[in-house]
Amino acid sequence: MTPTVSLEQTGAIRQSEWVLPDRSRVAVLCLFTTEFTLFSIFVVAYIFYIGKSLSGPTPSQVLELPVWATICLLSSSITVAVAERALKGEQMQRFQLWTGATILLGLEFLRNTAVEWTHLIRDFHLTISTNLFGTTFYSLVGLHASHVVIGLTLLLVTLILGLRGSMRGQSRRFELLAWYWHFVDAVWVAVFTVVYVIGR
Amino acid sequence: MPSRLHEWIVTVDHKRLGILYIATALFFFAVAGVLAALMRLQLAYPNATFLPPDVFNRLFTMHGTTMVFLVGMPFFAGLANYLTPLMIGARDMAFPRLNAFGFWIFLFGGILLYMSYVTGEGLAGHGTAPDVGWFAYAPLTERAFSRGTSTDYWILSIILTGIGTTASSINTIATIVSMRCKGMTLAKMPLFAWLMLVVSSMVLFILPPLTAGQIMLLLDRYLGAHFFDTQAGGSAVLWQHFFWLFGHPEVYVLMLPGFACASEIIPVFSRKPMFGRPAMIGATIGIGMLSSGVWAHHMFTVGMTASSNIYFAVASMAVGIPTGIKIFNWLGTMYGGKIRFDTPMLFCVAFLFQFLIAGLTGVMLAVAPFDWQVTDSYFVVAHFHYVLLGGLLFTLFGAIYYWFPKATGKMLSEKLGKWHFWLLVIGFHLTFDTLHFAGTLGMPRRIYTYAPGRGWDTLNLVASIGVIFQAAGVACLVWNIIRSLRKGEPAGNDPWDGWTLEWATSSPPPEYNFAVSPEVRSSRPLWDLKHPEDPDWRYE
Repeated sequence: MTPTVSLEQTGAIRQSEWVLPDRSRVAVLCLFTTEFTLFSIFVVAYIFYIGKSLSGPTPSQVLELPVWATICLLSSSITVAVAERALKGEQMQRFQLWTGATILLGLEFLRNTAVEWTHLIRDFHLTISTNLFGTTFYSLVGLHASHVVIGLTLLLVTLILGLRGSMRGQSRRFELLAWYWHFVDAVWVAVFTVVYVIGR
Repeated sequence: MPSRLHEWIVTVDHKRLGILYIATALFFFAVAGVLAALMRLQLAYPNATFLPPDVFNRLFTMHGTTMVFLVGMPFFAGLANYLTPLMIGARDMAFPRLNAFGFWIFLFGGILLYMSYVTGEGLAGHGTAPDVGWFAYAPLTERAFSRGTSTDYWILSIILTGIGTTASSINTIATIVSMRCKGMTLAKMPLFAWLMLVVSSMVLFILPPLTAGQIMLLLDRYLGAHFFDTQAGGSAVLWQHFFWLFGHPEVYVLMLPGFACASEIIPVFSRKPMFGRPAMIGATIGIGMLSSGVWAHHMFTVGMTASSNIYFAVASMAVGIPTGIKIFNWLGTMYGGKIRFDTPMLFCVAFLFQFLIAGLTGVMLAVAPFDWQVTDSYFVVAHFHYVLLGGLLFTLFGAIYYWFPKATGKMLSEKLGKWHFWLLVIGFHLTFDTLHFAGTLGMPRRIYTYAPGRGWDTLNLVASIGVIFQAAGVACLVWNIIRSLRKGEPAGNDPWDGWTLEWATSSPPPEYNFAVSPEVRSSRPLWDLKHPEDPDWRYE
């Protein structure tokens, strides 16, 4: 058996010189990577099945550009960034106001999706089981919408925490949530392009 | 006793979670081993009636699924958990609670899979396990052909274990990127941590195709969607693409942790630093990237275009280049070294030999016309068992003998270890060497019995006899562990005269790992400490 060795500090490197990336940021970026891949697979399935439905309705017959919903969602990226900056500056009322605005914009986006889906189901009888278009459309848009729901839930929790006064000094955490919200927006740009521009 | 059990259930300590992962993996390994032994018993002689065909289908499905998702993956997670923080001089993983979440969701996934034996429903009625094969080709898995719930157990348990693996991989990446001790640049990081970083990054890209495929399958089965429903224009081949987009890189995700262990064990027992360390790291990254672009070599018989066949054949062979570099790295490390043939090293040497053969049959299978002949035959079965048993399992056993003293403070018996090794080597070669021949003679995989006089009879009998040796070998390991936990020789902090940081702390390490955060100057910090007159950092 070799004798036990002991680790000693040589002090050759000062703590201030040894800075590694923030672990939460690394983890959230990893999460985005894997989520991005998940969406890519659904996008691939969507593109693969364009024009392969055996029966109607087809996308060009029933889909309309969701311009208003897209404006809402994309501008919520701006409001969440303003909220983030407000929290960094410890302006709590401003933070609550802009987080609230973000939530309202997200809800408006979801309301538009609900209206669109009801319209498709009631007036065109397009459900997930109607044809391949229905299958891929509802699953891809639905996957994105479920991410919006997760983001809204988290934002709502931070808003409640903010109103109870426990968000002070949590700007580092809120930053990650804002990143997530931007990610959901960026995914929408891709979904919008594939579903409403290329596939229509 | 209840309070001790409670401590293990609520633990967020990376070492305890690592042990839980590995203990669970060993448990499921034993279960899957029993399933395999039952199948070999049925196949030992022609026209056997020991198992009915429907039971046989469930056995090979559960065996494959268990070995990949409930043995290979938790072994990776367990090793990454236990060793990475110790090797990089950290006090825990980056996210201890996420770590516990990952383990428990994985365990529930595993339990859910086996619940199907009690509560699943299939063609054969109640208590039916999944029977669709481990890659579950569509449209067999669609509602029309897989009635009942047994296939859903398979889908859901794989989604759950996938969530656990993703959590653990994200945690491993964050730990390695953000928690290294002072002075440990990426260039000085142990190879083990490097390989774990690459594997964990691969997981982020390869699990989503599987998860997405499973979600689509669930939508097909429960909401009447048509992703893989050929009657409505859906494509069964799309499932194969999604599955193998995961399935092929998955082989490397399973295998690289084995490489990681070998890359720590071989240098220590050869008394030489790793030969060509930068090439090793480069080759690992190369494998990670190349292996993601070769998936359709599992699908040569589907009828792809000639240019696809050529691309996937050539790309698959190209993976042999970085893998070959690694073999030379390990051989170069051993060359001229003062080799000690303790049990961990024995397993690694056998691994080198067996993995080489596995790689060669892999290159054979990459030749599309050859693959058309032997696809879905026992040649393929023998090939991937050479990879996963002869390659992966041997290094994992080596790792158990190498790090068990660190985790428990007790040595494993060398004598029992050698029995374990030799019985397993003999059994392994009896079983899987012969199956190559049965495969080339045309024996298809997944058949529950065969007629006599096809030239397979003796081969199958020998293969089944090999199982007895393998089981005896594993029994030696189990007895060795029990014996050592009760009255094993104390290990001391550094029984193998190792060079990485885990050997600098006590065995077992305290909850906080290191009383003082270590500081390193080279890739072999303990060498520097033991040899202050000739430290590595002078040359790095």
